[in-house]
Formats: sequence, C-alpha cells, structure tokens
Amino acid sequence: MNDLLGLFLTASLWAAVLNIATPLIFGTLGALLCERAGVLNLGIEGIMTMGAMIGWLTVYGGGGLWTGLLVAAAAGALLGLLHAGLTVPLGLSQHVAGLGITLLASALAAYLYRLLVEIGDLPPTIVPFQPLRIPGLSDIPFLGEVLFSRTPPTYLALVAALVLGLVLARTPLGLAVRMTGENPHAVEAQGLDPVRIRIGAVVAGSALMGVGGAFLTTAAFNSFFPAMVQGRGWICIALVVFASWRPGRALLGALLFALFDAYQLRLQAVVPGVPYQLFLMAPYLLSILALTVVARRAQVPEALMAPYRRGER
Amino acid sequence: MRLERRSHVPLALAATTPLAAVAAALVLAGAFIALAGVSPLTAYAEMLRGALGSRLSLTEMLTRATPLMLTGLAAAVAFRARVWNIGAEGQFYAGALLAAWAGHSLLAGWPAPLAIALLMLGGMVAGALLLLGPLALRLGFGVDEVVTTLLLNFVVVLFVGLMIEGPLKDPMAFGWPQSVPVPGDLRLPDLVPRSRLHVGLLVALAAAAVVWLINARTVWGREMKAAGLSPRAAAFAGVSLPRTLVGVALLSGGLAGLAGAVEVLGSTGYVTTTLSPGFGYAGIVVAMLAALHPAGVVAAAVFVATIFVGADAMSRATGVPSFIADVIMALALLSMLVALLFTTHRIAR
Repeated sequence: MNDLLGLFLTASLWAAVLNIATPLIFGTLGALLCERAGVLNLGIEGIMTMGAMIGWLTVYGGGGLWTGLLVAAAAGALLGLLHAGLTVPLGLSQHVAGLGITLLASALAAYLYRLLVEIGDLPPTIVPFQPLRIPGLSDIPFLGEVLFSRTPPTYLALVAALVLGLVLARTPLGLAVRMTGENPHAVEAQGLDPVRIRIGAVVAGSALMGVGGAFLTTAAFNSFFPAMVQGRGWICIALVVFASWRPGRALLGALLFALFDAYQLRLQAVVPGVPYQLFLMAPYLLSILALTVVARRAQVPEALMAPYRRGER
Repeated sequence: MRLERRSHVPLALAATTPLAAVAAALVLAGAFIALAGVSPLTAYAEMLRGALGSRLSLTEMLTRATPLMLTGLAAAVAFRARVWNIGAEGQFYAGALLAAWAGHSLLAGWPAPLAIALLMLGGMVAGALLLLGPLALRLGFGVDEVVTTLLLNFVVVLFVGLMIEGPLKDPMAFGWPQSVPVPGDLRLPDLVPRSRLHVGLLVALAAAAVVWLINARTVWGREMKAAGLSPRAAAFAGVSLPRTLVGVALLSGGLAGLAGAVEVLGSTGYVTTTLSPGFGYAGIVVAMLAALHPAGVVAAAVFVATIFVGADAMSRATGVPSFIADVIMALALLSMLVALLFTTHRIAR
C-alpha cells in the first residue's frame, strides 16, 4: 500500500504527468476553440497524426525542431481550413465532415511517410527536443525537476492555455468567438461576420492540434508510426466537455487525465500479475466516466453544430 | 451567392451523385499518385486488374466486400436515425470474439447449420449490447455517442488482446497471439471452390435485403427515419424516441457484430487484434457513398473492396504505397458529402 501511495511522492511521476499532458493540452485547447465558435472538429485525431508525421519529417529532412512545430501548425491550419470550408459556408454535417478529415489526414500522413522515408529494420529517428532547465528555478528541490526541467513545447502548452483563456475571456475578439458559438445571428447584428469568425477559430484551433501531434514525434518520442496518436484526439474531445468549454478547466482536465495515465503506467510495474491491457483500457474508460458525470451540467455552446446560413433561422 | 433547397431532387441527379463523388476522389488522389512518380492512369489500371482481373482476384475482392457490406449497413441504419455509431470497429471485434469463443467451447459438436446460425446470432447480440451502452448514456445522461463509441473501439481491441493472450489463447499457434479456432465443421462453407469466398457474402446480401424491407415496408423503419429527420415532430406524432433509438442501436450494433462473426466463421476461423483492417471505419464511408440506402451499400462495399484489394496489387506492381487506398476512400467520403449537398440544394444568386 505504501508503495502505491509513495509513487505520488516521486518527482518522476509528476514530470511524466506534464509530458503526457502536453499533447492533450494542445489538442484540447484547439478543439475547445473550434467548439466555442460553434464547430465540432472531429478531424482532431487525423490532424494530430498529420502534425506528428509532418513535424517529424521536417526535422528529419534537415529543418529545425521549431520549424517542425511550425510546419505541423501550418498543416493543421490547412486541414482546419478544409473542415471549416465544408462545415461553415456549406453547412455540411460536422460529424461526418470531421470523421472524413480524420480519415483523410491519417491516410495522407501514412502515405506520405511511406513515400518519402526509407524505412530499414528500425524506423529512422531524429534528435528530439531536450529538457530546457530554467536557470535558478530548476534548482528548487522537487518543483525544479517537475516544473522547470521540461522540454520547450511543454512550456509553450502552458502559455497557450493562459493566452487562450485570456483572449476568450478578456478581449473583443474572444467575445466575438464566444458569441458566434452561442448566437451567430446576434454577431451578425453587431456588424461582424460569423462565417469568418468560425473559419478563423477552426483554422487556429486546428493549428494547435497539429502542434500537439508534433510534440509526440519531436519531444516525447523520436520517430513516427501511423497509429501513434492512439485516440488522444478523441480523449481531447471528451476533455473539452469535461472542462465545460473553459480553457482553465481544460488545462486542469488534461493534467488530471495525465496524472491518472502516468500513475497507471507505474502501477503496471508495481502490481504484477494483472494483464497490462486492463491498465491501458483505463484511460479510455475514465474518459467515458468523466463525460457521464459532467454531461448533464455541461454548458454546451448554444449554437454548437448548428450551421449558420445568412438570413435563415 | 447562397444555397437554396431544391423543391424536388431529380432522380438522374441523385443516381449520378456517387459516381461524380468517386470520380472527383480519383482525380484528387491522382495528384498524390503522381507525386510518387507513377502515372495515375497506370496505377488505376493496375488496381482494376488487381481486383477484378482474374477469378482469384475477383473472389478475393468479394471476400473483402462481405464484412464491408455489413459494417456499411450498420452505419447506414444508425446514421439514418441520427445515431452516430462510430463504434462498428469495436462491435465487429465483439461479434468476432464471441463467435470464436462460443464456436470453440460451447457449440463444438453441435449440428453445423444450427450452431452456425447460433454463432451468428451470438455475434449480433454481442455487437448490439456494445452499442446499447453508449445509447443508454446518451438517453440517460446526455453523453454524445460519437465520443463514447470511438473510445470504446480502443477498449474492445485491448480486451480482445487480453483474451487472446490469456483465457482464449490458442496453445497450438506457436506463441502467436490468436484465439482458439472454431472447429472446421462449424465454419461457413465456400461459395466458390478453390477460393476464400464463403457463404458470408450471401448472408451480407440477405442482411441488405432485410434492412431494405425494414426501412421501406415496416412502421419501425418509418419511425427510425422520422427519429432522424426530426425527433420533435416524431415525438409529436406519437413515436417513442427512446424505444425507437434502442431498436436502431440493436439493429446497427447487431449488423456490425454479425460482420465480425461472419469474418471469423467464413475467413479466418480465429480472432487476432488485426482481424479488421478498419472495416468499422470503412463502413462509414460505404454508408455515405450509398446515401444510406441498403442497395447502395452493396454497390459501395464492392467499390471500396475493389480499391483496397486493387491497391495491394497496384502497390506491388508500381511501388506506390498501398495507403493510397485509404486516401481515395477518405476523399470519396468528403466528395460525396459535398455532392449530396448539391443534389438537395442549388446555388441561387
């Protein structure tokens, strides 16, 4: 029993929490931004896969790590533009269009990877992001190791949560996005264009998803394989509901989820004789449980999934 | 420029929509084939030859189309009633695992026709129960079934892994993780001698006919459609929404479970975690290309199977990665979505 609780006192557990949370933070923030503007983006799973592939490929082809993240963001934005084009001006089913984007992006990622990369016995690797020890702060016992010795994209994820929270809550742009998700007709009455706002939000949100995917191949790991996103995108969609569409809670949700995931990974080593698949199932089941608990109380954006056509009610 | 709804959809337009969507997908995917330094026309010719060019390839294509018809029907039935069942992949595995387990341990030695019928029924029950969970969460707690069915797919595949490395592991498989086999006499007979094509194809065609009958000729079919078109109006007309949706879930999940059972009983005889190369997800594409119509599902499943079987042969001949099949499929889905819009709407100025 002491062993099981003692795990919580190890710095390595909490450091792993931040690593596991990083792609989820990016993905959840991205999905949240799309949904606050009224568009469900089920393209996330595929966009993260594409981000993971193309971010890695950029570095493998001689680009810098930051260039890799940038290219992943651009690829995400492009796929987001496709999703927005289908669902906003054309008003097509957001469910089916999103799944279509996921199928397309995952397929293209696998296709381009196979086409452009020579694969030998082992998948080729890159030199990923190294931990960036923040001078002074990283020497604090425990906290220094946990918080201030992470790779740069993790810091970026935390900053992104802060920025998105502030922009949504405190700026005219954020207000316009939130209004578009609640009542696009009112936005139009204000002289703003809900179509443009939705497209912009989906493009920006999808760029964040792309970066989340790229973290997997440029920081958490050093190579790409087609099935590596493993449902993280769907978990992000669940986390948005869990967070009741608020960036602060999304960050908290991603960290909680990651704590659970990091803990079960260590538990596998401590508790022998339990099939590892049971541990691996737990995160997915936990997501379903979390959704069930909050679904009734969730404050869904009023106009989520309602296509907006000018002059039509 | 804006879209306005057509007062009626011309039949000729509705019939050509899937063809236009497929053509658009092939043109777009052609750009990616060209990227590999291969002429798209050469590649498509190789694909056709690889899927339809010989007796062997033709039977192989139909073997692949069989589960796609069933998962396509599963998606079509659900989507028609706006139940977003994206869990056909998991339901497929649930049906497959149940058929393998029951065939090996429960029904071995039973008369074949009865046992095979029971195993397929069991597969349907397993798939149906798996979808009933997410539907209950939607009706009881307001949880979106898209996310729950998607997440359950991962859970089920892990569960299959757990079973075939544990209690259902085949001790004779030289350490390979695969389930115990279904006895030979409980397997579905071959449809064409000296091929892998089995009677499951007839089961899938019969399922399509049954779904068509339910949709077109029964009150239940009308209620399912009404629940999808306008839940409020349906409720006003006295349709019990929960009861109708439970029916939808049982039928949709059952069809996906049947796909898994048929694949085990007809094709492999056992379950592995790679039994399905994405049959569940491809079923969504099949259903959309078919505009959710059961007869269309049969045709669309043949198309998707042609692409997949053809892509493997084409890849061996030209070196274009066979992942191009997934690209074509996804592009066909998106093109179909756009094409459907222009059958129901037109551009007004």
